[in-house]
Amino acid sequence: MQLVCPAGSLPALKAAVRQGADAIYVGFRDDTNARHFAGLNLDEKQLQTGLELIRKEGRKLYVAVNTYAQPGGWQRWQRAVDHAAELGVNALIAADPGVLAYACKHHPDLNLHLSVQGSATNAAALSLYQQRYNIRRAVLPRVLSLAQVRQVAEKSTVPLEVFAFGSLCIMAEGRCHLSSYLTGESPNLCGVCSPAKAVRWQEDADGLSSRLNGVLIDRYAKDEPAGYPTLCKGRFMVNGQRFHALEEPTSLNTLDLIPQLAAIGIKAVKIEGRQRSPAYVEQVTRVWRAALDAYARAPQSFSVQPQWRSALATLSEGSQTTLGAYHRSWQ
Amino acid sequence: MKLSLGPVLFYWTREKLLNFYAEMLEQPLDVIYLGETVCSKRRAFGLDEWLGLARDLRGSTTAELVISGLALVEAASELSSLRRLCDNGELLVEANDMGAVQFLSERKLPFVAGPALNVYNGHALAELIDCGMQRWVPPVECSGALIQDSLEQLDRLGVARPELELFAYGHLPLAYSARCFTARAENRPKDDCQFCCQNYPEGIPLLSQEGEALFTINGIQTMSAKVNNLLADYPQLQQVGADLLRLSPRAEGMAEVVQAYHAVRQGSLPPLAVEGCNGYWHGRPGMLGAEEAGLC
Repeated sequence: MQLVCPAGSLPALKAAVRQGADAIYVGFRDDTNARHFAGLNLDEKQLQTGLELIRKEGRKLYVAVNTYAQPGGWQRWQRAVDHAAELGVNALIAADPGVLAYACKHHPDLNLHLSVQGSATNAAALSLYQQRYNIRRAVLPRVLSLAQVRQVAEKSTVPLEVFAFGSLCIMAEGRCHLSSYLTGESPNLCGVCSPAKAVRWQEDADGLSSRLNGVLIDRYAKDEPAGYPTLCKGRFMVNGQRFHALEEPTSLNTLDLIPQLAAIGIKAVKIEGRQRSPAYVEQVTRVWRAALDAYARAPQSFSVQPQWRSALATLSEGSQTTLGAYHRSWQ
Repeated sequence: MKLSLGPVLFYWTREKLLNFYAEMLEQPLDVIYLGETVCSKRRAFGLDEWLGLARDLRGSTTAELVISGLALVEAASELSSLRRLCDNGELLVEANDMGAVQFLSERKLPFVAGPALNVYNGHALAELIDCGMQRWVPPVECSGALIQDSLEQLDRLGVARPELELFAYGHLPLAYSARCFTARAENRPKDDCQFCCQNYPEGIPLLSQEGEALFTINGIQTMSAKVNNLLADYPQLQQVGADLLRLSPRAEGMAEVVQAYHAVRQGSLPPLAVEGCNGYWHGRPGMLGAEEAGLC
């Protein structure tokens, strides 16, 4: 299985290459990609430098143009596709049928991967993108159980990539408007979820409060660790109870599933986190490279090493990891 | 302007459903959407029952009847049910997943693109029209300006416009998950949910710790806490070219809602403001109402 790692900056890209990523995915510096955060993503010069390094090391570069194009800004999405093709990237990751159609028509040699934002969770949806846009791969949303991933893989001829590690979207990607409901900005249209500019921290006698566009997402006691107020991971009131009504702050970690994913025929595993630091990318890539190599050397005797687990736990939200939807009991 | 009744998004008992549609038959509705769009486990009313209900309704209403498909299609069994739904042979289908678009396009059947499909611009519209879309219900987060721009972009592509149906009234369907939040709230595993969402005919309110109503939990679906209502925006809805307004069923008081919209489409002045929210329509956070959005 190929290891696909995130890079929101040139140092992160270099770290991923250094630690053995097979492919690195990046975005341009605008709202054409789903990590449109201030100060993130590579400018032209950094892209060129990164691309040279990737070529020299024999790795692959993927570019995500995976938000939905706003009609008024269509030229931006068109330019992003053209530019990815000019750069000669190994794949363009896209979700919008309009963007895919444009890429397929104007750049027939450009490999297209269906982004997780395309929200294709079944074989029929994958067929549509395959037949219409000749996609060469699809990234599955983090909502399928392992058994469901297997069913999709059996029924579809589209090579599949799944999420292996990182922040856990608990909603089907591309099917979540919670962020725009509170802040006006959503992953689909603006490439952001719970945008930083809407975040306010407030300290008072009782502790610390995190707010998103004025809405209280969570309140922490003095000694409690506080996390970024991603709105689906706050503590809310339901039926008179205060709890993480949607999800706890936790990260997806599927080291344990490497043998099953390989047996299903998954082509690539993806690390989430273009918004994370180079040090994060470096450490996660190192662990996953070691794990995939260990599996490749001796599939029958593969076991997750405790040091891999502890290294990833320290990098996880709330120091917790989960198998997420892959494991039926999470659902 | 036509009025449509959206599919029931909550899990109601068979009796409540039948009573509801009996009441709706008396209302001046032009289109009625039937079917389960949220959870495949809600089997109290299966596809055959929905089709049977459609046949019964057809005898007593002139409204167009449409069957809506599931939005999040994961298991192989769900996919085969969706194929059966697309093959129903009687009713127009509302596709809420690209899997349904694929089935319908293979069969060269026209369809409605539901609000769970990601169609945000004229180029995407042209693609879906090429697949057979004849009516577009934009994603609920789209502003009026984005919808207008998309249609104008489509005009420039030389493609004829589809009918435009706007989600005008009801709790907004905002997100879909593998996880059932209703079962989670009741501390039950999803595989042993005991259909607990049937105990909540209008979902469970999710509040902030300060008591502010944020969302509505409805099984695997998360909805807005506030009720979206675009009645005060009626002139603008017309201006953008809406052909239909969708009223999404609530547990109580739907007849009054239909009547209020009907009165306005017949010439009564729209209200200056309404309760609930309309932020999305104005390009603002969805939770805001016109007044908070600084528009009144």
